[in-house]
Amino acid sequence: MLKIRNLEAGYGKLRVLRKVSMHVSAGEIVAIIGANGSGKTTLLGAISGLVGATSGEIRFQDEDLTLLSASRIPARGCVLVPEGRQVFAAMTVEENLLLGGHPLAREKRGELDGLLAHQYELFPILRERRKQLAGTLSGGEQQMLAMGRALMSRPSLVMMDEPSTGLAPLIVRDIFAIIARLRQEGNTVLLVEQNAKAALAIADRGYVLETGKVIIQGPAEDLLANRDVQRAYLGREKLEG
Amino acid sequence: MTSELFLQYLVAGITYGSIYTVVAIGFNIIYNTTGIINFSQGEFVMLGGMVAITLHNFMALPLAILLAVLITMAVGAAIEMLFIRRLRSPSVLRMIIVTIGVSILIREVALHLWGSGVRSLPYFIGNEITTIKLGPVFVSPQVLWVVGTCLVMVVLLLLFFQATSLGREMRACAANRVAAVLCGIETRNMVTLSFVLSAGIGALAGAVVSPITYSQYDNGTGLAIKGFTVAILGGLGNSLGAVAGGLLLGVVEAFSVSVVPLAFQDAVAIAVLLLILFVRPHGLFGSGATAAMKEF
Repeated sequence: MLKIRNLEAGYGKLRVLRKVSMHVSAGEIVAIIGANGSGKTTLLGAISGLVGATSGEIRFQDEDLTLLSASRIPARGCVLVPEGRQVFAAMTVEENLLLGGHPLAREKRGELDGLLAHQYELFPILRERRKQLAGTLSGGEQQMLAMGRALMSRPSLVMMDEPSTGLAPLIVRDIFAIIARLRQEGNTVLLVEQNAKAALAIADRGYVLETGKVIIQGPAEDLLANRDVQRAYLGREKLEG
Repeated sequence: MTSELFLQYLVAGITYGSIYTVVAIGFNIIYNTTGIINFSQGEFVMLGGMVAITLHNFMALPLAILLAVLITMAVGAAIEMLFIRRLRSPSVLRMIIVTIGVSILIREVALHLWGSGVRSLPYFIGNEITTIKLGPVFVSPQVLWVVGTCLVMVVLLLLFFQATSLGREMRACAANRVAAVLCGIETRNMVTLSFVLSAGIGALAGAVVSPITYSQYDNGTGLAIKGFTVAILGGLGNSLGAVAGGLLLGVVEAFSVSVVPLAFQDAVAIAVLLLILFVRPHGLFGSGATAAMKEF
C-alpha cells in the first residue's frame, strides 16, 4: 500500500531523514519507534506533504505523494493524526468531525451522517460532548477526537504521531485498545511512538529510527526480543516508570 | 439636551455605527483566515461607492450597485492572488505591509480615474430632505437603507459561517491552519475567498452610505481607521463584538458633537482606539486568554 524508497527530507538545509526505505501493507499496524529527534515526526510529515522531500519517493497506491500538495493527500486516502492532536479548539466536537469528512468526494458527502454515527460508536464520549468546544476536552478526549476526525474520510491508511504523549496510563491503554480495534475493522495503521513497548505490543512489524536512518526492522515480536532494542528503547522505560 | 435631540443623535450614531461594523467585520473575516490586518479594507468601501456612481451614469441604480460590488470583489481576489499569495515567506508583518502598499496603490489609481472631486449616489428613495417620522424622530429613508443593509449582511454572514460547510471550512483555517490542511482543505482558496467576501461587504456598505457621507478617492482611509478601532474594540476576529463595538463607537462619536466641535469627531475615535489599546488590548469582549494565542 505504502512504499517508501530512499527518502530524504528535512527543513531548509537541515537534512533529517537519510535514505529511509520502508513499506506498509494493507491491514497491518506498523510501528516506528525511536528517540526524540530521530526523525519519526519528519517521516510522517513527509508522507502527508507537510515536509518537503528532497529526494526519494513515497508510493502510495501507485501514486507518488511527493508530487502532491499536502491538502490533496487526504483525499487519496492517507490521513495523519498529528502530534499534539491539533483539534479545532474553538469549534464543536461535531464540527471537528464533519471537517474530517472534507476529503470525501462530493457524491459521498451523503454518507457523513453514517460516518459520524460510526465515530460516536467507536468513541462514545465524543457523542456526549458533541456540542462542546473541542478546546474544553481533556487530553485523552482530544486524542480520540483527532482520531475520529481522521477516520471520518474512511482513509485506507491512518498515520498516528505520538498518540500517547501527555496522557495518563489508563487512557493510553484505551487509545491503544482502539488502535488495535481499528486493525480488526480492516484499517491500516502507521504508528509513531516513543512508548515503544506499547506500540510494539499491538503492531505487526516495526522500524527503529535513529538519527534519520532505519537501523533495525522486523516483526514486532522480534524487535521486542532484540537485545539492542531492549537496551535502547524498552529498558529505559523501566528506569523511568 | 431634549429627548428629541437625544434620539436624533442616537439615530445618527447607529447609522455610522452600522457602517463601522461592516468595515470591522471585513477586517475580521480576513484576520480570521490569515491572521493579518488588511489595511486596504477601507479602499473596498471607497471603490464600492465610486464604481457604483460611475456605473450609475449608464444603468439603473440597483444594477450599478450590484456590478460595483462584483467588481470590488474581483479587485479583492486580485489583491490576494497578485500580492499576498506570491509572498515567498509570508510572515504576518510582511503581509500587513503589503496591504498598506496596496491601499496606497488603489487610492492613487482612484485619484487618476476620478480626480479629487466629491461625488455621491442619489438617495435610493426621495432626496436629501425626504424624512420619515419614526416616533419622535425624523430620519432619512437612506438611514434605514444603511442600517437595514448592514443588519442583513451581518445576519447572512453569521449564518454563512455557522451553518454552511464552506463557512465551517473557513473557520477551520482560522482555528488551525495545519489541521485544516490535514483535513484536505485548500487553505489558499479560503484566503482568496476571505478577500472576496470582505471586498463584497465593504463595497456594498460603501454604495449604500454614499448618498449620506459622499464618496471621494481617499475616504476609505478614515473608514478603515474607524473600522479598525471597532474591530479592536470588539476583540479582533469577533464579529458579534464588532456589532456592539460599532454601535458603541458610532453613538459615542455622535454624542461627542454636543461636547466638542465637529472637527474633533475623528479625534474622538482615535482617542477611543488608544484608550482600548492601553487598557484592554484584547478588546471589550475578547478574552485575554485567546488574545495571548494570537500573533497580534
